[in-house]
Amino acid sequence: MMELQKFITNFAEQFEDTKMSEFSKETVFSELEEWSSMTLLSIIAMVDEEYEVTLKGDDIRSVTTIEDLFKLVKSRK
Amino acid sequence: MNNPFSIENKVLLITGATSGIGKSIAIECSKLGATVFISGRNELRLKETYSELSGKQHQYLVSDLSCENEVVELSEKVPELDGIVNCAGFNKVLPFHFTTRKDFKEVMEVNFFAPTDLTRLLIKNKKLKKGSSIIFISSISGVYCSFIANSIYSSSKGAVNGLVKALALDLAAKKIRVNSVNPGMINTNILSEGKISHEQLQEDIKRYPLKRYGEPEEVAYAVIYLLSDASTWITGSNILIDGGYTLL
Repeated sequence: MMELQKFITNFAEQFEDTKMSEFSKETVFSELEEWSSMTLLSIIAMVDEEYEVTLKGDDIRSVTTIEDLFKLVKSRK
Repeated sequence: MNNPFSIENKVLLITGATSGIGKSIAIECSKLGATVFISGRNELRLKETYSELSGKQHQYLVSDLSCENEVVELSEKVPELDGIVNCAGFNKVLPFHFTTRKDFKEVMEVNFFAPTDLTRLLIKNKKLKKGSSIIFISSISGVYCSFIANSIYSSSKGAVNGLVKALALDLAAKKIRVNSVNPGMINTNILSEGKISHEQLQEDIKRYPLKRYGEPEEVAYAVIYLLSDASTWITGSNILIDGGYTLL
């Protein structure tokens, strides 16, 4: 079973400077100051490693919040 | 009239000819009258390249260069050559902390070990004529600069460039020249793997002084120069083809 809270933690772990408290299911991740090509590629790698789902850059651009991304990954499982 | 830039009647082996740069090199060399032996993994796509070649007497050889024994087989199937163009290669885009030794090995196998073994076998079996030309398709990445999440690819291309220098020295006595071409981003299928979004690609293109990515043919023309007798005093060199990217 994929759990949203665990997904948010995994997501947050790809960031160095953003506080854990800034991440919730409603977080619009592309608006985070630390959001960059590097964090985007880290999210793709994390999703591949943890959930065995291969995302493309455009998949991530197509969603807004962390929960949206969670749902997208879940739908691809 | 004697044309020093001619590659007419030269016999060439081109690996990685199923797509992108390798395919373009095979087609352009055939147009200029060379006889080309093309190799690649995917038979269907290799046949597609083969059907686009100009002239006859070319051959295609299906081989997976990630398998050591297929590299050996390939070296045995080709006749005596005037040149090799090592194009087979691939990329794994991963932030360094997500990479594994296995990822590195897979890429190094095709990008570095395969062309190294192939070249050694061809020399040992005396399949390279005196005065022949060996060309490696390297990259700007790992030689002049790098990109985020590119540690695997950069390492493989850095290794290739080191090899080019040392090989050029060791093969000089046989009058065999060894050079690389180092392209920046080229419009090929490698880009459509998709980890990089279209938006990011558009941003990246802006960083090129000439405001576009290169075309495969623009790499092929430099390779043709290195294959021709116009470049007989060039060995151990790296030709940078990057639309000015590394100037900034």
